[in-house]
Amino acid sequence: MSPRPLLIRGGRVVDPSQGIDAVLDVLVMEGKVALLGAGLDLPPEGRVLDARGMVVTPGLIDLHVHLREPGQEHKETIATGARAAAAGGFTAVCAMPNTDPPVDDPAAVGFVVAAGRRAGAARVYPVAALSVGLKGEALTEFGELVEAGAVAVTDDGRPVMDSGLMRLALEYAQAFGIPVADHPEDLTLSRDGSMNEGVVAARLGLRGKPNAAEEIHILRDLLLAELTGGRIHIQHVSTRLGVEAIRLAKARGVRVTAEATPHHLLLTDEAVDGYRTEAKMNPPLRSAQDRDAVREGLADGTLDVVATDHAPHHYDEKEAAFDDAPNGIVGLETALGLVYGHLVRGGVFDLPTMVERMSCAPARAFKLPGGTLRPGSVADVTVFDPEGVWICDPDRFLSKSRNTPFRGWRLQGKPRYTVVGGEVVWEASKGGGEGSVEKD
Amino acid sequence: MTGGTSILGKDLVGLEPLSAAQIRTVLDTAEHFKDVSERRIKKLPILRGKTIVNLFFEPSTRTRVSFEFAQKRLSADTVNVAAGTSSVVKGETLVDTARNLEAMSIDMVVIRHPASGAAQFLGERISSNVINAGDGRHEHPTQGLLDLLTLRDHFRRIEGLKVCIVGDVLHSRVARSNLWGLTKLGAEVAFCGPRTLMPPRMEELGVTYFPRVEEALEWADAVNVLRLQLERMQGGYIPSLREYNRFWGITRARLEAAPRPVLVLHPGPMNRGVEIDSDVADGPQQVILKQVANGVAVRMAVLYLLAGGQPERARIVKEVVEA
Repeated sequence: MSPRPLLIRGGRVVDPSQGIDAVLDVLVMEGKVALLGAGLDLPPEGRVLDARGMVVTPGLIDLHVHLREPGQEHKETIATGARAAAAGGFTAVCAMPNTDPPVDDPAAVGFVVAAGRRAGAARVYPVAALSVGLKGEALTEFGELVEAGAVAVTDDGRPVMDSGLMRLALEYAQAFGIPVADHPEDLTLSRDGSMNEGVVAARLGLRGKPNAAEEIHILRDLLLAELTGGRIHIQHVSTRLGVEAIRLAKARGVRVTAEATPHHLLLTDEAVDGYRTEAKMNPPLRSAQDRDAVREGLADGTLDVVATDHAPHHYDEKEAAFDDAPNGIVGLETALGLVYGHLVRGGVFDLPTMVERMSCAPARAFKLPGGTLRPGSVADVTVFDPEGVWICDPDRFLSKSRNTPFRGWRLQGKPRYTVVGGEVVWEASKGGGEGSVEKD
Repeated sequence: MTGGTSILGKDLVGLEPLSAAQIRTVLDTAEHFKDVSERRIKKLPILRGKTIVNLFFEPSTRTRVSFEFAQKRLSADTVNVAAGTSSVVKGETLVDTARNLEAMSIDMVVIRHPASGAAQFLGERISSNVINAGDGRHEHPTQGLLDLLTLRDHFRRIEGLKVCIVGDVLHSRVARSNLWGLTKLGAEVAFCGPRTLMPPRMEELGVTYFPRVEEALEWADAVNVLRLQLERMQGGYIPSLREYNRFWGITRARLEAAPRPVLVLHPGPMNRGVEIDSDVADGPQQVILKQVANGVAVRMAVLYLLAGGQPERARIVKEVVEA
């Protein structure tokens, strides 16, 4: 059954994939974008979404989320994660494989695909494990994983320490047209560190992870991508030298894409002061110099995409001494309000650049549908209110978890409608979640 | 006792948050309590009716006994809890422990825990006063205070002193409390030891670094010699204890080669023949047992002040009892 036609009327359509930034109507028929134009007519049985004063973009895509299912459903499920994504303006998310058991065979990939469909919110694309059991020893069956629906492979959360295995992955993946995503971290250097190595760690008496632990693996991955001609996707870049290395590699023609997270764009390790476990994540929050370099890298396109690394944890688990608390923060329901409100409105880059980094580039990096409003493409559309301001209140999240360092922050750029395949899967007036809170 | 707000705030988590004036007040108050331990009846009724829990998540003899004597000499009712002495106790337990203590209306909690930040974590969750008796590698404020008192006893001042902390600074909460206490009172602080045992970016904390102990002894008025734990060798931070002693041990020959007499402190327990040789540990330049004695006085002062005691009344309280 195809959805009713939809007319998204009178919004500012920002679609860098077509170089469009203009007030237009978007007509959606049979789950696809049918037409862009002014004063379009709605077929009789259709629905109008009033987008006057709103920004209309190709649906936002998050290449890096942890949905915790199977195995840790007390933190998040595929359904709650997909709904949180839709409430945050995302039409698609890529779920990391470090679940319990890990997503390392076609059956597990199929489970994620099916659970994502059932959720009926944002699309959920599985990223499969790079190695069997995330053990870093033997490659998984990339071909069968891709057939089952995987869009990339990674051992995220369990860095690939064996450079030979990473080389094999970059070579083997080429037959199936998928990128290899890597969480760059040399565990022999980061050891048992729990935050950034720096003066804050020295003061707090916490063990640090040096920038070099991340940079060594970024450099390694870039060298291996150059060696093999494979496609590497560097996750959550957090250091200045990491950004510079990627810039250099791109100039050399290496096939690399890279992520920046909202928290590495906006926070430094000062946020950990007071042993704040909600500011504990991996890679850790770094120095102001690193944060500025990540911003610059995202602005100039060295870093291709914004990804949240949405990492839900139950409140009990974060309510612990710093060393004992798990890494990670939730990000799906704050990303747009942070990136638009603090970086676009803060003058770091413009709105089309934001749409490029949060929709077009992610779609290209993992070859996903969407990332464009070109007629004929899937009707995944995000409509948000650029003047919508709210105060981050984690208690209103649709995610199962509340672990965010942005509690109390002023966010701007409030999701209004999230359209997936021509269906309105979330809308501000009735969908719940933080976007529904009117506070101007 | 006047009750009300303590001049130290609710908790003593570390010396970093304290002002120079607050630190001096503790030291001055401790002076009044020093001779209580010398009396035939070593007891003052100052904390009568107060209940204190000594909550030790790590094994400790000297600090726990010192706190317990301080509490008993001030007439408090104390309970010792040695929780999970064998392994790292998870934070979940800490939350529940905090809630249980809160439910029992304890006046004060003295906590030692293997995780940095554990004392602050507890202090933020209960209304009782919390005293940090060592949290991970963060701070051990009463040790810092007793080191300051011992230095002040000897030199009659802290300001302008050059104090070098020698050894495993990286893993040491004593080093951090010493650093903050000493610099706030105007001393100069240096660290000495192999770079593997130094905190990265320590220069930004305002310290001088001496890679070789001979240079440190040439510079210093006093050295605070940290215990070198056997685990550091197992963790690969140093190749052997033997080599450590050879290049960084405080030996009599090294002290004699220094241009002026260097005072030797050690927070204990000592590894004789590793970070300190026996003829130094038992020699004329050390004040190690004076540190132990001062530990009781300093802890009495901290308990008294956190309970709301007025610094200027400490002497009066004591003399009234004497009369």
